[in-house]
Amino acid sequence: MSNANQQAVAKYKNNFLKEVEANVEEGHWVKMCMQCGVCAGSCPLGPHWEHSPQKIFMMIRAGKREEVLGSDSMWMCTSCYNCIVRCPRKLPITHIMHGLANYSHRLGLAPKGQPTREIAKLFWDNLVKTGRVNELKFSLAMYFKDGFGQGVKNAMAMQGIGLGLMKAGRLNPMEIFGGHVCKDKSGVQKMIAKAREIEDRRKSLA
Amino acid sequence: MTASIATNQTILVVGGGISGMTAALEAAECGKQVLLVEKTPTLGGRTAQLYRYFPKMCHPTCGMEINLKRIKGNPNVRVMTMTQVVAVAGSRGDYSVTLKVAPRYVNENCTACGKCGEAVKSEIPDAYNYGLGKVKAAYLPHTMAYPQRYVIDASIVGTPEGEAAKAACPVNAVDLGMQEEAVEIKVGAVVWATGWRPFDANKIQPYGYDRFANVITSVEFERLADPHGPTGGKLLRPSDGKEAKNVAFIQCAGSRDENYLRHCSRICCMASLKQTQYVREAWGDEGKSTVYYIDIRAIDRFEDFYANVWKDPTVSFVKSKVARIAENEANGNPVLHGVNTEGYHRYATEHDLVVLAVGMEPEVTGVKLPADIVMDSSNFIEGSKDGGMFGAGAASSPLDVNRAVQSATAASLKAIQVIHKNASTEAA
Repeated sequence: MSNANQQAVAKYKNNFLKEVEANVEEGHWVKMCMQCGVCAGSCPLGPHWEHSPQKIFMMIRAGKREEVLGSDSMWMCTSCYNCIVRCPRKLPITHIMHGLANYSHRLGLAPKGQPTREIAKLFWDNLVKTGRVNELKFSLAMYFKDGFGQGVKNAMAMQGIGLGLMKAGRLNPMEIFGGHVCKDKSGVQKMIAKAREIEDRRKSLA
Repeated sequence: MTASIATNQTILVVGGGISGMTAALEAAECGKQVLLVEKTPTLGGRTAQLYRYFPKMCHPTCGMEINLKRIKGNPNVRVMTMTQVVAVAGSRGDYSVTLKVAPRYVNENCTACGKCGEAVKSEIPDAYNYGLGKVKAAYLPHTMAYPQRYVIDASIVGTPEGEAAKAACPVNAVDLGMQEEAVEIKVGAVVWATGWRPFDANKIQPYGYDRFANVITSVEFERLADPHGPTGGKLLRPSDGKEAKNVAFIQCAGSRDENYLRHCSRICCMASLKQTQYVREAWGDEGKSTVYYIDIRAIDRFEDFYANVWKDPTVSFVKSKVARIAENEANGNPVLHGVNTEGYHRYATEHDLVVLAVGMEPEVTGVKLPADIVMDSSNFIEGSKDGGMFGAGAASSPLDVNRAVQSATAASLKAIQVIHKNASTEAA
């Protein structure tokens, strides 16, 4: 169990709802759910996750901390916003799902190898390095995340699109050598570090 | 306290549904002068459009008949139909009200013989049946209509058909020269019994009321079950006239929803439970009703009714707000999609007919009322700041008939208290 996780368990004891309200983005909305189930029925990924949003909200209120934070259900959200549009209580369900995913990730409880999580990590690491997303490096990192052999296969499968992008001037092969950066690279990094510090202090994750 | 002294002892009741009739009668039977104005050509309102009441499953015609008899026999009540309030000036005890009276094109000579209707061929949507059928452009609104006088629709006035209706009338009751009139009156207190309207189901896009013929509203289902309705009381679905034996009821269609109506409309649970018994009445054990609900709100003594419906083997309950409705194009059946929150089972269930238990919206939503009127966040009328105007019945809160009558009696009592504070009592 990670240090931050132990601290969170100690601080909120068995009140997982309070923990979610304090630490998860839009978490204060969880108690507003009236369990009508319209989000579950409206989710296009519905058949693919274990717990529907309204079930997750009920699990939070029932204190099922490990089951919720270890679940990959909230990682399945594609941000289509169908649930938000239809929710009769106007819960920002999409945002809560992302908030829960982020919180479980920060506590080190998110399922290992979950593809959405892996891609999010690659994207973030890529972005904070230079303050700009390097599409070439990001694509390659995605292709090769499951090993060299699979990476080559992925790259071959995608080569038509890659060539097309290059012809259209949307993908520069020279980006592999460093690539474009923003004007004040170290300033951006400092800013992100500071934001992280403030957030960690607020959520007791430091 | 000169400001609160009433200079006029007439009570104006706006709206001639069950609440308005009750408020008017309670005051009139206490000896007060009452003017009852109604926008449509007849008294009775939406209550007259019901097939049966819950919980006793009796017909509204019975209560209507009693109330109409009371009105006919009471010289203190004056009834004006096709009349709307356009402006209210003044304050508690002394209001000047401007009324607009639309032309009926039929005068008091009318005996409701129906000859004008026979002479006319044009048809207009039948408002009494929520537009499910058509009526002739010279019509009696419904069999219980009061006054029992025909109406000539404005669309045939100035046409040969209008002249034909006039020629057909044996008692010289058709007057095609009638004009809209403005009437100015003085009253001491006003009871707003303007009632409710069904929430516009088209706004609930995932349910496709505007796209699927076999998705209807609860008020339309009421008309289907009624022998005076468009199908003569047979539960036949709109798309193909097939017998609707497998009927779904969707609760909270518009109600308890921040996107539509914020409030619980209170009546819809009981209305749907009642309507499952229409299905049983029509088809016996062959009928099948499924109620999709968030939670059933059968308050206080209605719990019994709910318990009995729950025991009915033809009725089943699914705890789920339906996410969306699609249509099986092969047979026209609506298909309901959602997740049953008891066990989290995903379903895609076909029914012959879907009834949306639509919420109650105040009829005056979007209408400019006197500035002094206070309304709640759902536009239900709470009363006026000066204490001389009151909301009654479904205009004041989503209420069933029974509670609307109680509310109207209360409003009537408050109005009487306003006009009691008149010059003679203050001086004495």
